[in-house]
Order: sequence, then C-alpha cells, then structure tokens
Amino acid sequence: LNHIVHNGGLYKRPFNEAFEETPMLVAVLTYVGYGVLTLFGYLRDFMRQWKIEKCQNATEREEQKDFVPLYQDFENFYNRNLYMRIRDSWNRPICSVPGAKVDMMERVSHDYNWTFTYTGRVIKGIINMGSYNYLGFAQKTGACQEAAAKVLSQYGAGVCSTRQEMGNLDKHEELEKLVARFLGVESAMAYGMGFATNSMNIPALVGKGCLILSDELNHASLVLGARLSGATIRIFKHNNMQSLEKLLKDAIVHGQPRTRRPWKKILILVEGIYSMEGSIVRLPEVIALKKKYKSYLYLDEAHSIGALGPSGRGVVEYFGLNPEDVDVMMGTFTKSFGAAGGYIGGKKELIDYLRTYSHSAAYATSMSPPVVEQIITSVKCIMGEDGTTVGEARVQQLAENTRYFRRRLKEMGFIIYGNEDSPVVPLMLYMPAKIGAFGREMLKRNIGVVVVGFPATPIIESRARFCLSAAHTKEMLDTALKEINEVGDLLQLKYSRRRLVPLLDRPFDETTYEETED
Amino acid sequence: MDVKGTPRYLYWLFCQFELITCSYLMEPWEKVLFYSFNLALLGLLLYTAYVCLVLHASSAFQLLCGSPGAPRENSLSGVK
Repeated sequence: LNHIVHNGGLYKRPFNEAFEETPMLVAVLTYVGYGVLTLFGYLRDFMRQWKIEKCQNATEREEQKDFVPLYQDFENFYNRNLYMRIRDSWNRPICSVPGAKVDMMERVSHDYNWTFTYTGRVIKGIINMGSYNYLGFAQKTGACQEAAAKVLSQYGAGVCSTRQEMGNLDKHEELEKLVARFLGVESAMAYGMGFATNSMNIPALVGKGCLILSDELNHASLVLGARLSGATIRIFKHNNMQSLEKLLKDAIVHGQPRTRRPWKKILILVEGIYSMEGSIVRLPEVIALKKKYKSYLYLDEAHSIGALGPSGRGVVEYFGLNPEDVDVMMGTFTKSFGAAGGYIGGKKELIDYLRTYSHSAAYATSMSPPVVEQIITSVKCIMGEDGTTVGEARVQQLAENTRYFRRRLKEMGFIIYGNEDSPVVPLMLYMPAKIGAFGREMLKRNIGVVVVGFPATPIIESRARFCLSAAHTKEMLDTALKEINEVGDLLQLKYSRRRLVPLLDRPFDETTYEETED
Repeated sequence: MDVKGTPRYLYWLFCQFELITCSYLMEPWEKVLFYSFNLALLGLLLYTAYVCLVLHASSAFQLLCGSPGAPRENSLSGVK
C-alpha cells in the first residue's frame, strides 16, 4: 500500500508503515483484566501484611518498617502481583547456541513462579523466534567459529586492560578499519558493550548548553546517555517529522530557556529500527531537517545494521542516502554479527576525539579477541570479501523471510505493528492473561517466543515480538506460522479489522496528531 | 448438528472468559473467591431482574389493556 508523499520525493522506495489502532472493546477488556488483577493484588498485599500468607518477596527489615517505604510504588506492586504470575515466560535458560533452533532446560514451579526447579530434562529443537540473530551468524560451526577458535588459541580470551592503556590490540585496529570501510565512513571505533557505547559516548559529545532532541521510543541506553550528559532533552513524537520540525524551529527561534542564547549544539537521537514497534526511522526527512536547521544526527543502528539494505549496510543504504550525511553512526555487533559490542563511525576528527575523551575508551576493558575475530569474519562474509556469496545470500534470505512472515501473519488477521521491511515483528496481545498464555502455549508447541509487557511497552499494548533470521528455513517459518495460527484461534488474538489506513502526511497541529483516520 | 451448544464450545467460551478476566492466572483459592463473587453478583442481578421486571411488566399490562369491561371509576364515567 503506497502512500502519497508530500515531501518533495525524498523517498526512492515506498515506505509502508502501519500501526493499527487498538479496537475499543479490546482496550476496555484489557482494562477490566488489569482491574481484576489489581484488586487481587491489593487483597494479597493485605494478606501478606497481616501475616495470613507467607511473604516471599523482598520487604524491609522489622527495624526499618517506620522508615520511608521502599516497595510501595506502582512498579513494585506490579512486580509482586502481576509479573510474578507470568514470570515463567522470561529468563528461560537455554543450553545451546541460539541459532534457528535452540535447546532449553525444562523448569517447573510448585509455588506459582516464586521459585523454579529444573526437572533435568532438556527440550531440544525449539524453533527460536526470539533471538536477535538476523543474519544467522550465531553458529557453532563454520568459518566464523573456526577463525574465532584460532584467535582464541593465539591471544587468549582476556585483554586485561582498557583501550587507552595496554588493551589496544592489532585486532582492534583491523576491526575498526574494516568497520569504517563497511559503513562507508572515514573512521570507526569499537567498544566492548553496545549499551555502554551509547551511554558512555553521548556524554562525551554533548554537555550543558546543548540540546538533545530524542525520539519518544528511544532505547534505555540512549536515554541514559542523554541524561548523563547534562544537556537539555526534548522529546518528539515517535517518527513524527512535523513534531521534530516544530521542536527544531522553537529551538532555533527561542534559544536556551532563560538566557535566550543560541544552543551550542543540537543533536537529534534516532534509531534505525525501533525494536518494540518494528518501525523504521524516516531517515531522508530527518537528514533534510538536519541540514535545514544545521543540527547533528546520531543514528543508532543496533537492529538495522546487517538487517536492512540490499547489501546489509543498514538503514542508510536502505534509503539510498550518503553515509556522510549522518554525523555519528552508531551500531552494535550483537544482533546481526553474532558477537558482542558496539561501534561508532563518523569523521576522523570525531573518532579521534572519542578515542581520547570517551568514558568507555578510558575505563572499560576492550573487546575480547575471539569476539573481534568473529566480527571481522562475519563482516567480511557480508561484504563478500571471503570469496563466497554466503553473505549476500543471507541478506536476501532475511528480506524474503521478513516479507513472507509479515504477509502471512497479516493475512491471518493479527495486528502487526511496524514497517513492511523490518525483521522485527510485534504481534499485539493486549490482555495480561494472554501474555502468559501465549508464551506457555507456544512453548508447548516447541516454539520459543519473546513476550513483552508493561514497563517495556505501554500498559495496554503488550505484544509478542518475533525476530526473524536468515537461518530460518521456509519449513521452519511454515511450522511456526501454523502454530501461531492455532494459538491465535485458541486465544482469540485475531483482532485486526483489516482496515488498512494509509499514513497521511498531514500538517501537524496541536489537536490531532493521530496518524490514523476513521 | 448443534455446534454452538456442544460442551467443547462451551469450554472454549469459558476459557475466553478466564483469559479476559485474568482468572487464568489466579491460584485455585483466588479462582474460587472470584467465581463465587461473580456468581453471587449474577444471582442478585437475575433476582432483581425477575422481581422488578415482572412487577413492571404486570402493571404495564394492566394499564394498557387490563379488564376492558370493568366500570371505570373516574370523572369521565358520567359522559356517554
């Protein structure tokens, strides 16, 4: 479904994104469910306080009961009374490589999820729809594993120092040159942890007197980095370019709050693919706005690097844009490369500055050599430099899997959020009992899924999130789809009213910013 | 064949009720408490409906078309 663009033809390909509205009856029933659970939560808290029931959660000590209460806020209430009931869908221990199929240790709970015991049995061959394994590099055999094993025998596993002291190996230099070449930027730097890349480098780039414009649904690492930096943070509506433009205009016109001085720097924080929504950032428009208002762009490609674009180079290639337009390109090696860590790419001056001033470079241990080798081998594979077409085949397989899976789920009648091309597929569940039921029913049918509920999503919009992989064969996807169909009928999850509302590019006004129209 | 009323369909409907009201997640004693509260409420509603509606229905019936041959004791009775 194409939508008419009124923005000067910035998009070279159709941008199909849809977030179907929650049906009114479903929203009401979800609130009913939460209401019932809240009442029972109060009852159980009352019983725990008056010692009618044994209290198994953390409480203050007897001597501290007169102090300011620690566990009375909503999050702890939710944790004790709602999360505990469905806790068996999370933290499931796996005992094999998280490839397309995974082995899981079976566990049971005899006291309603307060404690778990392992039965000793291992459930083998569960189809893995939850791991961030977009290109299927999470393998225990193959070129990547052999190279990593060789480097492990050569360098060992530990580095025992930070990048600035004794931890700068030749492998790190090789990796950084390779990543810079892969992305099409001048220079890049790699860090040991993806979360730390964001949270430790944003404070190095901006400080007090700067403005950060951050998307509503940004990841916790970006939010933490923005808060640590001490800059002023303003939030624009998710992927809404009119909201962003209004904020930029206000920032340029009014300047800093009291003194009216111009902002030292304006930094726009966006992500390539938002993992909870499955939406892709409107990068051409963001870059056009950035150029018009002379601000800087920080793009977090954690989920989109390797997963989008005809040769897997991320969201910049997906839209056919110039990588030099993005000032700071950040990404992680965790998702598509089967390793761990993050990188930042950009101009040479920027990266040289970060090598000196980043907290992560100065204090964090550098990346472990086998992990570095895994990344080097997988990047070379994607680029085709290892002499095979395996990388290209994987990128294409992922794109095919994405299109097929999303099309089939939409045809079945589920509400699926996000862009047509994003390999992250959120399927809406809404009701709290269905979160637990979906996770358990899918595990009974040997499919491992990740279900997401309150703190990560708005309280009524709980969902199951499928992460597709190039390692999934069509048979696996068909099996998974058949089971999802069955569970969807069993639990009545097919809420879609099939009214595909095209996204309208309407001018933003204060009263209506909803992108759906009835 | 009456598919709607089969025990399997009724059980499925009951499961949907359990999922919507989150009694699927409750421990057995909580379920007992919840269902007895619900049944008590339902019983009260039905009783109220039975008593009130029957009362209203019979008085409405009487007003509209009750005993046409009975002599009307009102001021218009003198007019022929």
